[in-house]
Amino acid sequence: MITGNFEYHQPSSLPEAVALLSKLGDDARVIAGGHSLIPSMKLRLAMPEHLIDLQGIGELKNIQISGGEVRIGAMTTQAELIASEALYKSAPIIRETALQIADPQVRYMGTIGGNVANGDPGNDMPALMQCLDANFVLQGPDGERVVKAREFYEAAYFTARDDLEILSEIRFSECSGGFAYGKQKRKIGDYATAAAAVLLTKDGNNCSHASIALTNLADTPLYCEEASAMLQNGGVNDENIAAAVTSAMAQIEPVDDNRGPAEFKKHAASIVLASAIRDAWARA
Amino acid sequence: MSATAESVQDRKAALKGLGTSRKRVEDARFTQGKGNYVDDIKLPGMLFGDFVRSQHAHARVKSIDTSKAMELPGVVAVLTAADLEPLNLHWMPTLAGDKQMVLADGKVLFQGQEVAFVVAEDRYIAADAVDLVKVDYEELPVLVDPFKAELSDAPILREDIKDETEGAHGARRHPNHIFTWEQGDQAATEAIMKEAPVVAEEMVYYHRTHPCPMETCGSVASMDKVNGKLTLWGTFQAPHVVRTVASLLSGIAEHNIRVVSPDIGGGFGNKVGVYPGYVCSIVASIVTGVPVKWVEDRMENLSATAFARDYHMNGKIAATEDGKILGLWCHTTADHGAFDACADPTKYPAGFMNICTGSYDIPTAYLAVDGIYTNKAPGGVAYRCSFRVTEAAYFIERMIEVLAIKLNMDAAELRAKNFIRKEQFPYQSALGWEYDSGDYHTAWNKALEAVDYKGLRAEQAQQVNDFKAGKTRKLMGIGLCHFTEIVGAGPVKNCDILGMGMFDSCEIRIHPTGSALARLGTISQGQGHATTFAQILATEIGISADEITIEEGDTDTAPYGLGTYGSRSTPVAGAATAMAGRKIRAKAQMIAAYLLEVHDNDIEWEVDRFVVKGAPERFKTMKEIAFASYNQAIPGVEPGLEAVSYYDPPNMTYPFGAYICVMDIDVDTGVSDVRKFYALDDCGTRINPMIIEGQVHGGLTEALAIAMGQEIAYDELGNVKTGTLMDFFIPTSWETPNYQTDFTETPSPHHPIGAKGVGESPNVGGVPAFSNAINDAFRAFGLTHTNMPHDHWRVWKTANDLGLHG
Amino acid sequence: MSKQTITLNVNGKSVAAEAESRELLIHVLREQLEITGPHIGCETSHCGACTVDIDGMSVKSCTVFAVQAQGKEITTIEGLGNPDKLHVLQEKFREHHGLQCGYCTPGMITRAHRLLEENPNPTEEDVRFGIAGNLCRCTGYQNIVKAVLAAAEELKQGENVA
Repeated sequence: MITGNFEYHQPSSLPEAVALLSKLGDDARVIAGGHSLIPSMKLRLAMPEHLIDLQGIGELKNIQISGGEVRIGAMTTQAELIASEALYKSAPIIRETALQIADPQVRYMGTIGGNVANGDPGNDMPALMQCLDANFVLQGPDGERVVKAREFYEAAYFTARDDLEILSEIRFSECSGGFAYGKQKRKIGDYATAAAAVLLTKDGNNCSHASIALTNLADTPLYCEEASAMLQNGGVNDENIAAAVTSAMAQIEPVDDNRGPAEFKKHAASIVLASAIRDAWARA
Repeated sequence: MSATAESVQDRKAALKGLGTSRKRVEDARFTQGKGNYVDDIKLPGMLFGDFVRSQHAHARVKSIDTSKAMELPGVVAVLTAADLEPLNLHWMPTLAGDKQMVLADGKVLFQGQEVAFVVAEDRYIAADAVDLVKVDYEELPVLVDPFKAELSDAPILREDIKDETEGAHGARRHPNHIFTWEQGDQAATEAIMKEAPVVAEEMVYYHRTHPCPMETCGSVASMDKVNGKLTLWGTFQAPHVVRTVASLLSGIAEHNIRVVSPDIGGGFGNKVGVYPGYVCSIVASIVTGVPVKWVEDRMENLSATAFARDYHMNGKIAATEDGKILGLWCHTTADHGAFDACADPTKYPAGFMNICTGSYDIPTAYLAVDGIYTNKAPGGVAYRCSFRVTEAAYFIERMIEVLAIKLNMDAAELRAKNFIRKEQFPYQSALGWEYDSGDYHTAWNKALEAVDYKGLRAEQAQQVNDFKAGKTRKLMGIGLCHFTEIVGAGPVKNCDILGMGMFDSCEIRIHPTGSALARLGTISQGQGHATTFAQILATEIGISADEITIEEGDTDTAPYGLGTYGSRSTPVAGAATAMAGRKIRAKAQMIAAYLLEVHDNDIEWEVDRFVVKGAPERFKTMKEIAFASYNQAIPGVEPGLEAVSYYDPPNMTYPFGAYICVMDIDVDTGVSDVRKFYALDDCGTRINPMIIEGQVHGGLTEALAIAMGQEIAYDELGNVKTGTLMDFFIPTSWETPNYQTDFTETPSPHHPIGAKGVGESPNVGGVPAFSNAINDAFRAFGLTHTNMPHDHWRVWKTANDLGLHG
Repeated sequence: MSKQTITLNVNGKSVAAEAESRELLIHVLREQLEITGPHIGCETSHCGACTVDIDGMSVKSCTVFAVQAQGKEITTIEGLGNPDKLHVLQEKFREHHGLQCGYCTPGMITRAHRLLEENPNPTEEDVRFGIAGNLCRCTGYQNIVKAVLAAAEELKQGENVA
């Protein structure tokens, strides 16, 4: 398993990286943690002629929290997300999710930017970002633009990011209330058979905010708008949980693979989601 | 005198002999990163080989264009079958009496098959060159289902032998049929199946899987043209056999070939066979005149080197109404892939599958196995088991459960009722084996008590009630298994591989200062031979294990042996070690008698010395004797102290064990958790309890993997669906439970030290225990049998089919 | 494609290697620098046999290009201890029979080292979760876990004495 050859670039600033990508165009790929890209290069599914490594750009590696907003640089690793106490206070669901991604070694290298940007439906962060209603900051030759996570994913490996853009930052509001990221997988290191991100805010006995998104159950992550609204409007009780799950399940289109046939995944997804809703509500 | 008694104990302890949990001598280098595995070997000028492999499962090779690859700077050669044919090396014999293409000769028969061998200056250039070799294929219909192999529209796979009606194992009835192997009394067994009061029937499939050691297969060949010597390093579980095969294939005289197995990163049966990569590295070194390394990657390992299992076992078991078993019938369809490359003794094309009567006194039995060709990788190796013993154990331990269901009887009680009783040993089985020793009831009762079996069943019944009342969505499974293995192949009169009798060997040299070197015909792949064989010897010759070096794996220095697999090292080479030790002691006795000026019969052995009978103060230690053997002229005795033993075992050994697994199963997600696993092993005399426990932990974890998800799966086009460690299930520390180990000790009566072997027991017994737990959980809901692997979706499907999802 | 000079600090020594951009760190370590402790097991970042420590992180060196490690501090099994003074983990793996074929051992110990640096008081669950990126086919992990916990205990006691 040997990759094709390529020229390696390590820009030291974001403008430099954007300029390089503009210049090299389709022949270049941006590498963050590399734990998706390098294996696919080894299988020669990807054979870029140039690799632009973002690891030298210090400005992409940070976690800032102010004014109720969280900003995470794209090159922040899963391990750094897990370790940040400030982030845990502002959005504990991030740690809960990151701990369920891959294994310790991969989490030291894997970045939040790489996880959300490459469009792999198996990645866990995209659904979480939709659940958080995060915004992705993209830097391109024409400057900066912001795209909502809920509008970013088009199909497997196809996103709203233009080939000449680099995802530089993720922004979302601090969240309070109950949270859960539930994931069924065959073993550590596996992608989800089914996974669900759930945020619920309790106001007395009512649910003042609900957000649900699902991982690896379609060719993109799925924000479940209707299901979220059902809980937010109707409250979290057995009847509404069942209704929300039914609604969410109407959205999913899992495919048969080694984790099982679609029929099984649909059932597993409903269990994973119902249980994540209950967990989140219990913590709300 | 108590002081003497104490000192005997002290001296015994100092030997670190049999029964000691001696720490391993191998560990110093392994923990410091100083192991020496085949990919660590680096020779001056060494080239690197890589394969062009078929992406098709069945296709005609119309042409191979190597010109672009040859133009790439750094590429030295590209070999195809046409290049090997003049040397008659384009095909090679398999261990099972078939032949196998080294490189595609006109067609390819499985995905991943070797088509061309690129030789380049490094592995990067070789990989680039592989992409530049253009192969033009004409795709052919693919056969993946062995039950469709003999239909009229089935494609014929092996055109090379399509007209041959006789194979290595008798008549062939179809071009895709390899052999039929029958054991036992068919007429009597079938009569019982018609007449018996109770007959349970089931189709039990043991799916295709793969040993997948952490280190893949590889070799380094170095042809020294000046001296005419070929040296071959590689991942060989049987280096001496590889030397003989290499000589027969290449025409190089056997004394001019040196085969070395360096440290091996796990074998589990994967490294028994001879692979095209080994042959190609040899040919490439002969052609280029420099050393050539070949090391496969993980995808190649999983898709092209030897698989294991793939047995479809159709069974019937007959009994009286109160549960006395009357007969067992089994017909197995064995999917062998494209070439019959099973690693079995010649006379046993289905290995020791005829141990399938298990631990039970079954008076009448019949077994037939049909070997079938399909468009899958060749193999059929004994993955951490003796030849097909895990298949046999899984079959009988499932059939017992199926019978218990039919009888509406407790499965533990049914087992106890039918065990071969202690006084029946040596026991002649209906399918032809002589079990050496056993005490199954004692082991079984100990196991049931240890887990509070009655309490578990009560808890399970309560949980079923709770489930039915809607109070829980979890079920509890109790997986029982009492297995009997047959290991230590084997007696030369009926066990050989490629004509080489399955003896093994040990050669011992005692040095003047009283330390020793012993060499064996086996090769460790993690079993700790350097530690344990020294312990056997320490007890035999009274020299501390710490002063004995064990060497294996270099055919220039080690005595000939058949290698390490099938739990044969302890039963066969371990016996050779003890016997060689006894020869040393016999000579030492003569020397001691001379030195003590008494008759040979007037002295006796005591731990580490010969003592004059009745005069304990007069003795000669082994160290003194060793020195004397080199510096004194002793009448009638040759100088030096050395011995060799080639041991032909009189029988196999029959380790056994009682395993109980308690599993909690989520009916909705199909996720199962091992709550408890109790493993009692009886491997006869215990050489090193620490190592035995480690072997049991490891074998159980491989069993867990196999039972719960590990498979080599193909789609209908013959594409391998499980080619990486993402999809080929190997549990991590997180999915693996803690195990509780226990033992009884029933020595083998025919083995010099009574040892039986243990490395494979946990896999043989573990797989049925895990699988029975899953099956048992659903028994209350009408399930008779569901096949492995019991991964989430299949467990979910079982529940779904039983209507448990509402 | 031309080769470039890469300088690394490996086990406390500054070293240089000539490599193409695509050469993996594991290959440069093993084949150029003759650091053969880390092994290649799966090549898809699942098995952890190639684990090394880079700037305080456990990394699968089969999934990093050597050029990406330019200027970094790398510790391999060879840098953890030496024959005169073994690392506590090396001693405990032997004492508790935490290895058999030895192939996964260098990566496993290197990973366990980082785990204990970050969490000197691990529970069994912490250890099992923390080494889940390293596959072992021989031991069933039970004795590895025992060895890591024993090493943690001894390291703590050592600190109390000091």
